[in-house]
Amino acid sequence: MPMTAVLPELATSVLGSDVRAALGSVVDPELDEPITDLGFVRSISIDGDRVEVHLRLPTSFCAPNFAYLMASDALDAVRAVPGVATAVVELDDHHDSDLINRGLAAAAGYRGTFGHEAEDSLDELRATFHRKAHTAAMERAVTALLRSDRSLGEDDVHRLVLADLPAGTPTTESLLRRRAAVGLPLDGSAPVLVDAHGGRPDPATAAFFLRKARSVRISIDGNAHFCRGLLRTRYPGAEHDQVVRADDETAVRPLLPLLTTAKGIPS
Amino acid sequence: MYTKDGETYFIVDSHIALWDGRPENQRNVHGKQFIDCFYDYHRNLSPESEVWSYEEYLYQGGERLMRDVFADGMVDHAIFQPARLAEFYHRGFGQTEEAAALAAAHPDKLTYNHYWDPRDGENGLDALRAAAERFGLKGVKLYTADWHGESRGWKLTDPMAYRYFEACRELGIRNIHIHKGPTIRPLDRDAFDVADVDHAATDFTDLTFVVEHCGLPRLEDFCWIATQEPNVHAGLAVAIPFIHTRPRYFAQIMGELLYWVGEDRIMFASDYALWTPQWLVKRFVDFQIPEDMTEYAPITTAQKKKVLGLNAARLYDIPVPAHLRLPDAGEPATGPREPAAADLASV
Repeated sequence: MPMTAVLPELATSVLGSDVRAALGSVVDPELDEPITDLGFVRSISIDGDRVEVHLRLPTSFCAPNFAYLMASDALDAVRAVPGVATAVVELDDHHDSDLINRGLAAAAGYRGTFGHEAEDSLDELRATFHRKAHTAAMERAVTALLRSDRSLGEDDVHRLVLADLPAGTPTTESLLRRRAAVGLPLDGSAPVLVDAHGGRPDPATAAFFLRKARSVRISIDGNAHFCRGLLRTRYPGAEHDQVVRADDETAVRPLLPLLTTAKGIPS
Repeated sequence: MYTKDGETYFIVDSHIALWDGRPENQRNVHGKQFIDCFYDYHRNLSPESEVWSYEEYLYQGGERLMRDVFADGMVDHAIFQPARLAEFYHRGFGQTEEAAALAAAHPDKLTYNHYWDPRDGENGLDALRAAAERFGLKGVKLYTADWHGESRGWKLTDPMAYRYFEACRELGIRNIHIHKGPTIRPLDRDAFDVADVDHAATDFTDLTFVVEHCGLPRLEDFCWIATQEPNVHAGLAVAIPFIHTRPRYFAQIMGELLYWVGEDRIMFASDYALWTPQWLVKRFVDFQIPEDMTEYAPITTAQKKKVLGLNAARLYDIPVPAHLRLPDAGEPATGPREPAAADLASV
């Protein structure tokens, strides 16, 4: 075969690893984890420049708006992979599978897919979960610091800045990524204890602010465990496609007290 | 009644069902998807010895329910919290006639709560009045994510819902159980969003709002609302089986609930037949916050007694033997109820 015929074919053959990497950028908004780590990618098949991806979720009734969001993000991600001419993403075994798959195929958008039921755009939903992800990451980072440095107490929480966090640790790196996602400053002098808009609590309520953040983090962690477990129950073998979470109880490290006193909590 | 180490616990299971998920009752594929989803919850969160076969799981009937909940389950009183799901099942999911008949035959053991849906309009209001008279209702279970024709959900703040709350007030239906948690979710109306509970609880201060599944997976939103409303309580259905699979996570749920909501406003529920009460009661009595998790205070025996039965008994006027009663904790009406329950000095 002449070279000229081979080269275009090589240029258009898509790599499975590229597709998987692209899907790794798609995050379950509620669990704040890549769908590839959660085991939500059921299959990837590549035929020349055509890629077909099937997604699966822990139950038939997983929130349809989140399901749509992940499926449409997956479609965008696969389309952006070099060499892909045709991308098909389908959601399997969901109560709205037909609706969502038709909507994706027709590029109907969220409102076009769900019609009268879709009252809001998905932007606000996405923004809400970006804020929650930041809150949880902030709590993890501060708690990790308090547990590693027993000289720190509740009076110190309010004045913490990014430079006080240990550089390069998973909790610090994760917080920096979440801060970037919500547009918060990343310089070392920026205060750690802030909401997603940069607002700071009063010094007297800093501990209470952190307590609220902790309940957000517990919610997200708990939901992640439940969803992962249900996926394994629903699809035996799915555990091989899941990446173990750092806070999994089988890999848990001893915990130390979060704070040393209970003052600063408003009545 | 359950006795362990010299302590006796009066048990109220505040959330049970007598359902029919068999194929002949399934109206469409969603009926199968729904019971299959429940069965996955059951298989995923139960100890291996407590897992039922799929056939057993589809339908239990009254005789088996009495055995599982009372004879084997040690429960003193249980409350039906039926889900209608008329779009999924021909005769609905919760079996009204069968459950109500069972409750009428065992009034000392069973309370039948019914449901309403504001999308039933004026006819539904008439039906609620009839049900209140027929069943002597003290409570209702509301499922805001239920499908209804073209609609896939409603909010407690919908104007028609307020008409129903007014009817509840007039009919003496004081306990409003709201499903906030898995399984079905409306589209834009986030089924986990508990903001509507906040409004309804503020506007109907004489009603008690029990958020089932304590708002999981939005525990934080639920806790925040519950601290601001004296009449918002937590139901532990679906949360409590984590005691087996994820004891450290369950410890955090309990730690958070005790801190924010307080020991007088948390209620045990097996969510039978999702799970059976016996193992849950035994495990809860034995449960303790892990020693290394010193950010939470240990759970006291008195707190366990309240959660397992005394709190629900108070809401439903269920008689409790005098020697098993406990005084209220005297917690503040709003704000974190037990600020000392978390972030304690290390000991």
